[in-house]
Amino acid sequence: MTETVASVSALIVKTLLANPKVPRDINGSSKIVEDLAFDSLAVMNFVMEIEDTLDVSVPLDRLADIRTIDDLAACIVSLKQAS
Amino acid sequence: MSIFSKYESLASSLKAVTAGGGRNPFNVVIEKPISSTVGLIEGRETLLFGTNNYLGLSQSPAAIEAAVEAARAYGVGTTGSRIANGTQGLHRQLEQRLAAFFRRRHCMVFSTGYQANLGTISALAGKDDYLLLDADSHASIYDGSRLGHAQVIRFRHNDADDLRKRLRRLDGTPGAKLVVVEGIYSMMGDVVPMAEFAAVKRETGAWLLADEAHSVGVMGEHGRGVAEADGVEDDVDFVVGTFSKSLGTVGGYCVSNHAGLDLIRLCSRPYMFTASLPPEVIAATMAALDEMERHPELRVQLMDNARRLHAGLQAAGLRTGPQASPVVSVVLDDIPVAVAFWNRLLDLGVYVNLSLPPATPDQHPLLRTSVMATHTPEQVDRAVEIFAVVAREMGLNHAA
Repeated sequence: MTETVASVSALIVKTLLANPKVPRDINGSSKIVEDLAFDSLAVMNFVMEIEDTLDVSVPLDRLADIRTIDDLAACIVSLKQAS
Repeated sequence: MSIFSKYESLASSLKAVTAGGGRNPFNVVIEKPISSTVGLIEGRETLLFGTNNYLGLSQSPAAIEAAVEAARAYGVGTTGSRIANGTQGLHRQLEQRLAAFFRRRHCMVFSTGYQANLGTISALAGKDDYLLLDADSHASIYDGSRLGHAQVIRFRHNDADDLRKRLRRLDGTPGAKLVVVEGIYSMMGDVVPMAEFAAVKRETGAWLLADEAHSVGVMGEHGRGVAEADGVEDDVDFVVGTFSKSLGTVGGYCVSNHAGLDLIRLCSRPYMFTASLPPEVIAATMAALDEMERHPELRVQLMDNARRLHAGLQAAGLRTGPQASPVVSVVLDDIPVAVAFWNRLLDLGVYVNLSLPPATPDQHPLLRTSVMATHTPEQVDRAVEIFAVVAREMGLNHAA
């Protein structure tokens, strides 16, 4: 299956909503740190879950440029395409 | 706007921790150590259960004498870095002594354990390489990864299969792959399954670095750490460690059989651009190493005490990590309870470390204790009793 930014973004939102502490009104443009109130460790742990679902590794340096859920989705799609 | 405004959330977190007159847990002053196990805090004799001084060697008479003699003979500092005027005969002796202890051909000594990780990891894994780090790695390992510009991939804590999966994703990718694990993890005291990681290293051709900061002097027949205990020393390419735990002084090192280690002296910034260890610290460290080798019974006493504390805290109805090791942490659910518990322990004469998220695994606050070979069984029992008293006061002894 070929992932698109939209499909990966939807998967990330679904994964996040499985956590009852995450606000219910998130979407692709939600900011991961500000809107979800995730600290640095929570972001890394959550990305690990997504990595397993999509069989991809996101290097930590790439996380520095990621603000929104769509940014993360675009990063994952580009990594999948590169591999 | 103040240059400190970005730390407003930090300031409010600290305010919450000290609300109601509580102490600042990150600013405790040990006015004077009375022995390795007792210190003067707030004018009171307090049992020390949070100093990482596993063998009690910070107060070793032999190490103290060696430091005094070295200061008299060589002065109190080197005033220079290792690559300039900061390498004296003692530095070379210590490197040779450590290499012999670990049965490795090469050793580099750094000025702190933090710098040993920073300097080794940043130099070994460069821009085109991959660093694979355990998710619960110490800050010095994460910081080393940032200094070196390698691509950094985390694997699940102590999970060799998860590492294997992540290495498989890198099949065919150019660049060296350096895996970093710790012997004993500093927050929960859990031990790495080193043989499983060694097997992954052999299968994949990755390089393996083990930070044995908390396990040297503690694990293995000769105290060389988890790699020795698991019989896989040949698979560990680099061992990094510290003098500031079992050896009771300060400083760090990396040992290896790879001759390339000596090249790192010329490119590791945390090695090159800081003053080297002063003579008295080196002399004390070598004396402490002699003590550690001469007294293997210290390791037996340490593990007896660790098991006694671990079992005692569990019997008091408190939640701890799964295995008894010199680091035993009590896991709590929320920060205000952890802060109140920690303050009450100190009121009653027991010092432990309060560890708060995000520095802890799984977002739980911890009351982190470390045990010593020099604790008497009565001191361990007294600490357990005080933990139990506070747990009862706070209604936390559910399972007891």
